[in-house]
Amino acid sequence: MANIDVSVETDDKPAPPPNHPNTCPSCHSHYRDDELERALWVCAHCGHHFVMRSRPRIASLVDEGSFVEEAADLHSEDPLGFFDLRPYTERLAEAEMATGLADAMVVGQATIDGRGCALAVMDFAFMGGSMGSVVGEKLSRACDSAVERGVPLIAVTSSGGARMQEGILALMQLPKTVAAVEDLHDAGQAMISVMAHPTTGGVLASFATLGDVLLAEPGALMAFAGPRVVQGVTKEKLPDDFGLAEQNYRFGNLDAIVRRPELRPTLAKLLRLFDAPV
Amino acid sequence: MPPSEHELRLRERLSRLRNMPLLGGVKLSGELDRLQRQLDRIGVEATDEDIWRSVELARHEKRPYTLDYVERLLEDWFELHGDRGRADDGAMITGLGKLDGRTVAVVGQQKGRDIHERAERRFGMSNPEGYLKAMRVMELAERHGFPVLSLVDTPGAYPGVAAEQHGQGGTIAASQAVMARLTVPTVACVIGEGGSGGAVAIALADRVLMQENAIYSVISPEGCAMILWRDAGEARKAAAAFKPDAAHCLELGVIDGIVPEPRGGAHMDHDAAAALLGESIREALEDLVDIPGDELRRRRRAKFRSLGVFA
Repeated sequence: MANIDVSVETDDKPAPPPNHPNTCPSCHSHYRDDELERALWVCAHCGHHFVMRSRPRIASLVDEGSFVEEAADLHSEDPLGFFDLRPYTERLAEAEMATGLADAMVVGQATIDGRGCALAVMDFAFMGGSMGSVVGEKLSRACDSAVERGVPLIAVTSSGGARMQEGILALMQLPKTVAAVEDLHDAGQAMISVMAHPTTGGVLASFATLGDVLLAEPGALMAFAGPRVVQGVTKEKLPDDFGLAEQNYRFGNLDAIVRRPELRPTLAKLLRLFDAPV
Repeated sequence: MPPSEHELRLRERLSRLRNMPLLGGVKLSGELDRLQRQLDRIGVEATDEDIWRSVELARHEKRPYTLDYVERLLEDWFELHGDRGRADDGAMITGLGKLDGRTVAVVGQQKGRDIHERAERRFGMSNPEGYLKAMRVMELAERHGFPVLSLVDTPGAYPGVAAEQHGQGGTIAASQAVMARLTVPTVACVIGEGGSGGAVAIALADRVLMQENAIYSVISPEGCAMILWRDAGEARKAAAAFKPDAAHCLELGVIDGIVPEPRGGAHMDHDAAAALLGESIREALEDLVDIPGDELRRRRRAKFRSLGVFA
């Protein structure tokens, strides 16, 4: 049987490569930086939520000028002298240069519609948002800060899991953050968890899922073991929405899926419901 | 001969511990004595070969599992089954028994001896139902004032489609949260593989011990090699890099003590291994039983909240 050539020649410029950060991986629409920024990094065509950096995330959620960062000077050390193909210290320095952040989480105090809250926002751009000692310590301090000021804690997560380069100490950030959230709960403060793409491994298995209210962004992967691992171990056929927020919502693991433009008003409502101080 | 760098670091940790307010009070001296004895025992830095030997021994197919220890250490052992919702996860054992006349609740992973049992127990990899079962039994222990003994031996939580659908991550977090709330004494011991979140789910304890040849790690050597070296065959290199052996875990403050094994490893003599484990558990429980529950919980959380290295 003859192959029929159905390609059509056009005068259009070649499409930008599909892995360009400004190209929607879902519908391949391409945007300028300022277009994406104005749309809160949501694809205007298909609604895909791009990964959002921590600084613009905070700016999009809190009252202008209200954010006061805390514990900004914490830096990772290299407790194991870890060296894979490159030294951990080199990876850290590179991540700091590339992101302008000291580690994968930014914490601080702010107000949303005039109501006080503590914020802990992860940044996937810093070593895949991995949780090591600094992320654990920052989350722990954010809990204490929320208790001291008598305000709820809002955590926005985006993480590939525990940071392997810190070995067993990275794993210990799970019980550490769990203990910190338990102290927060005991002090009577609320925690609202917003899971952005991706929230996986050790972050999902610790503080992220311990909020009083669990929210997620559309399409966010929320899996303890990612699709490749599950596929590799079980040889099971994975459902199309495996591990995504939508599946988690259907199975009762989430309170709500909130589109990014609605996140700020949703958090404002929850702060009112939990009587966050004005 | 001057002391090794490793030994100096251990001694420094010991002196730091002496000044830590959270250890102050009742059993401080016992705690320090034990650390000192361990320091004496592990005067030598584990080499890369030693670390890999631990990985192999921790996974040895004849190594005693949770039920082997329970049979040897507890009287009146009665196994409890089921999460009261969906399933009875064979990868997680729970039950009650008497240790020196005192009722204790046990939670622990179980791998399985032959191929059928291994498949049935999924090589000790729990589903969320396993952690729910452990949580249920730990809450039962809390109601009745029974100390909780946790025996950790898992390559990790089971990575399955249903496991994810039923909230594997959230359940592991919830299980740790239950342990952070308990006011009864809790002792955990890694008796084989302490694999990642699936292990720490039942290891947020007042005393965390490790057997001499057990491993405790954030990821399996093969998984780490796959991600960082892009080659699972580099597992030895990965293990040498992230140091999952007991001596390093002790040095980093992650565990409170090392439980000796019979010469050649626990698999050589199950009875002797159980006797040594029993001794360490008794010692740990003795330190804890007189501490008021609120104080126990406060110290437990403070201990875990102090873990990490940063500047």
